[in-house]
Amino acid sequence: MSQPFYVSPEQLMKDRADFARKGIARGRSVVVLQYTDGVLFVAENPSQALHKISEIYDRIGFAAVGRYNEFENLRIAGVRLADLRGYAYDRGDVTGRGLANAYAQTLGTIFSSGGEKPYEVEIFVAEVGASSDEDQIYRLTYDGSVADEHAFAVMGGATESTTEHLRAAENGLLGLTDSIRLAVEALAAEPDGAPARSVAADQLEVAVLDRTRAQKRKFRRLPAREVVAALGS
Amino acid sequence: MTGPIPSAGRLPSAYLAPGSSSFATFLAEQAPDLLPGRHNAGPLGAQVPHGTTIVAATFEGGVVMAGDRRATMGNVIAQRDIQKVFAADEYSVVGIAGAAGLAVEMVRLLQTELEHYEKIEGVTLSLDGKANRLAALIRGNLAAAMQGLGVVPLFAGFDHGLPGGRIFSYDVTGGRYEEQAFHATGSGSVFARGSLKKLYRADLSEDECVTATIQALYDAADDDSATGGPDLARRIFPVVDVVSADGHRRIDEADVAQIADAVIAGRLQRPDGPNAPLI
Repeated sequence: MSQPFYVSPEQLMKDRADFARKGIARGRSVVVLQYTDGVLFVAENPSQALHKISEIYDRIGFAAVGRYNEFENLRIAGVRLADLRGYAYDRGDVTGRGLANAYAQTLGTIFSSGGEKPYEVEIFVAEVGASSDEDQIYRLTYDGSVADEHAFAVMGGATESTTEHLRAAENGLLGLTDSIRLAVEALAAEPDGAPARSVAADQLEVAVLDRTRAQKRKFRRLPAREVVAALGS
Repeated sequence: MTGPIPSAGRLPSAYLAPGSSSFATFLAEQAPDLLPGRHNAGPLGAQVPHGTTIVAATFEGGVVMAGDRRATMGNVIAQRDIQKVFAADEYSVVGIAGAAGLAVEMVRLLQTELEHYEKIEGVTLSLDGKANRLAALIRGNLAAAMQGLGVVPLFAGFDHGLPGGRIFSYDVTGGRYEEQAFHATGSGSVFARGSLKKLYRADLSEDECVTATIQALYDAADDDSATGGPDLARRIFPVVDVVSADGHRRIDEADVAQIADAVIAGRLQRPDGPNAPLI
């Protein structure tokens, strides 16, 4: 009987992490930014039909990068969980924290189980509160770890230049128009002060969780004309 | 809590499985005990609160739905200010008559169903699609209906394809029927429909259409003991919703009160309501 090669657990986990990270790094980035009235999501996404940003529940939004079929699965699971919870208990009992927990458990179990390939995804779960202090942004990575983010967060491919741009510009919360402009500039930023790429409005997917909306459902996708108007000249 | 709703650990595989965009189907698989009308109750009939009259009428730019505020339990008034008209989603509205407990649960399920589809598919269902989903939910309640716990809603919404308002009525077996211009459901519906027959015109404005539905509810309450008329002492007036191209809107209580007061002032002069020309 042949002896299987010994692979140390450290090496195994490292290999799996490298595999997931490589998959995620191939895609374009997504920016989540707090603004005065809520949370703004901006993604570079040439497709009008396959969304990277979506609504989960009244005050909860979802954004993802990586493999489409995998994060779409997670999105649908999140919608099912939230709707079931809201139906069984009450709409107010559906929280971003609960959803982030379920995602973390799911991603973590898949990452460390030998039988499955790790998900090549990174996810944001954001919940808009009654005031900006109560807004919550959770970042979930392929291995199930959760980070609580403030003010802004970036995930996806080349995040360094985008993060740097946002960090340099950080100066309190902005209005919606200024926030969209800042997010798009950040996405277009290139490393080492190289001239920025140009990102056309039709290559963007933009949505907000707007606490000032009268409806219970605070999520709103911004139509292309609003994005064009915000970016102005 | 353990049971149908996972609160710790990995999401069950059913959550991650691709497939149905129907919440009701998902619920039936994952938590069937949460579906309305799945409990074997025995003949309860008159022992539970029943909702009574709902009317709906279309106008040029949309559709109006109004409901009285009474729930009855046999000869007893179970509640004076029950709400029986609900927004199903942004562009549709549902009014309930029949066993109130089941009906309210069914409305919650319909609301979740429509929102769920919208979120999963990224588009809203067509108005016909929504009406058919409601028919399926009513059909699921058939066993309870046989025990005297039937639910007979009225559904209306704005169809962007027309564009204009449309009304759908149902029977307890889930039969779905599209109605023209106006319709009513519930115990006082016969009188409400008779009233609307004489008052309704296709060229009514939104405000006139609201007035016509309030007149119809007044006539229903006049002749049906289970329908509540305007309660002047407690200032309880019908719930009136409008769905137009701008979406769903509930008419302010103060505005309904004003129209109801005008209707009552008219009835003080002529208790049977406005006179329709003979020919």
